[in-house]
Amino acid sequence: MTTALLQLENVVRHYRLPRTHLFRTPPVIRAVDGVSLSVAPGETLGVVGESGSGKSTLARLAMALERPDAGRVRFNGEDLAALSADDLRTRRRQFQMVFQDPFGSLDPRMTVRRIVAEPLRSTTDIAQADYADRIAEAITAVGLRPADLEKYPHEFSGGQRQRIAIARAVVTRPALLVADEPVSALDVSVQAQILNLFMDLQDRYGLACLFISHDLGVVASLCDRVAVMRQGGIVESGTVRQIFTAPSHDYTRALLAAVPRRTV
Amino acid sequence: MGALLDVDGLTVTLPTAAGPGQAVRGLSFRIGAGETLGIVGESGSGKTMVALAIMGMLPEGATADGAVRFDGHDLLTLPERDLCRLRGDRVAMIFQEPMTALNPLHRVGDQIAEPLMLHRGFGREAALGQAADLLRRVGLSEPEARLRQYPHQLSGGQRQRVLIAMALSCEPDLLIADEPTTALDATVRSHILDLIADLVAERGMALVLISHDLATVDRVTQRTLVMYGGDAVERGRTADIFARPRHPYTQGLLGARPLPDLSRDASGPRPRLVTIPGTVPDLAGLPPGCRFHGRCAIGIDACAAAIPPTIDAGGHGAACIRLDA
Repeated sequence: MTTALLQLENVVRHYRLPRTHLFRTPPVIRAVDGVSLSVAPGETLGVVGESGSGKSTLARLAMALERPDAGRVRFNGEDLAALSADDLRTRRRQFQMVFQDPFGSLDPRMTVRRIVAEPLRSTTDIAQADYADRIAEAITAVGLRPADLEKYPHEFSGGQRQRIAIARAVVTRPALLVADEPVSALDVSVQAQILNLFMDLQDRYGLACLFISHDLGVVASLCDRVAVMRQGGIVESGTVRQIFTAPSHDYTRALLAAVPRRTV
Repeated sequence: MGALLDVDGLTVTLPTAAGPGQAVRGLSFRIGAGETLGIVGESGSGKTMVALAIMGMLPEGATADGAVRFDGHDLLTLPERDLCRLRGDRVAMIFQEPMTALNPLHRVGDQIAEPLMLHRGFGREAALGQAADLLRRVGLSEPEARLRQYPHQLSGGQRQRVLIAMALSCEPDLLIADEPTTALDATVRSHILDLIADLVAERGMALVLISHDLATVDRVTQRTLVMYGGDAVERGRTADIFARPRHPYTQGLLGARPLPDLSRDASGPRPRLVTIPGTVPDLAGLPPGCRFHGRCAIGIDACAAAIPPTIDAGGHGAACIRLDA
């Protein structure tokens, strides 16, 4: 069996809320409550769930932006929580993230060149002399022009901004992309362009992807396997076909009932 | 018999940094009592401006030309005082943002009771009693307790139900719903859409449902109007438009929907989605003639020369000169 690129083993993340009463224990949100999953190199795993199901926390755990309270997050077999800060930083070039909001995730005071260049600063094995080439390659790969590098985010539409965010994510040539609702802020026609871009980049660079979305249709068109998340746990997982033709959990059936089907 | 709402040649002009731009261009449609119309379009198509023009709530600096006749009154020329009498009473609107459309400083009950006291002369007690009934009707549990809550104590789905209760309080003849379920989760969305459909059927209200979400419109409305760049590019029975879209833009929009392809093997190649090249043009940079022209796969020079007429085929119209191409 090949080793997984990303492996979550019984990962738990609870948030303690402020006390509601002086003498009572503060309430705890079980955002992620014992989740295990794995993503093989080049594979695309979709995680679907509604607001509050814990899927964004899962993304942050996979990106080592949060430490799990229990369980392990392994990348290429290494436990990310056990690494030193320096080691973790050098590993980060291997896994990059694309966020939901193309308006909030780009610093408005930076040029596109600086935005796309940022992840390179944490790498040690790419010579500064090669930065310009890498940045130009990334911006072309997402369908923008090198001339766009000198512009600022406000000069771009939502779809183009998401392309910039994707260029930033692939500039270090990562092995894994973690994408948290990357197309839900976009119109249908632009959403299709960005989903195709994901597929193109994955095929070209052999990128694995942990793709998080509330939209089963989006997940089904992009992903190999799907995990359905609810209240911090995974209630069901399988191939797209299994989930759509033979859902075993009531919650999955409720989600499916809300997905439009192609009738022609 | 005249239609309940008759929008006749409505043009909405908005000021932009680069000069005035036409957000809606010569739009006409009619809707009678008990009928449901969906207006579909992406951001920048002008669909929200149509709703705001009907409600007399266009943003500062916007101008509306043409006519919007509601039961014989032209809403565009009606004095504000008379408009206020209609709004919230015979014409009501459900807004897009359940997080911001409610006043955070007032209890939910008072906000639902307000139109009843204003338009129907209810006393506060009677209005609150009616408000509790409305909350029960839209499916909120413990309505009496909800009346005393503030909006921040409710979830998004609960707030949207409160907004619906508020819009329905005076049993309007016309309900305008602008993206009523966009901010909601899929399972909550289904409930809210069923609720709106039930209420329309039960009370014989006319409904204008505005959404960028094709599935939402498909589910609730009898007729659909597709907008692009301020123009109605296609109109007809909803079932016809979804089964046999005629306009290249509608075809592109329906084709771009990510729908599960169950014939695909998990390890097989992934088919690409159909896309419409380019993006919706800016308000100030709208092209002449057919506004979809620059992005259209079958566009020719003549498309840019004049506004294409709507060509009807059995009640299913499309504004395109290349329908036979």
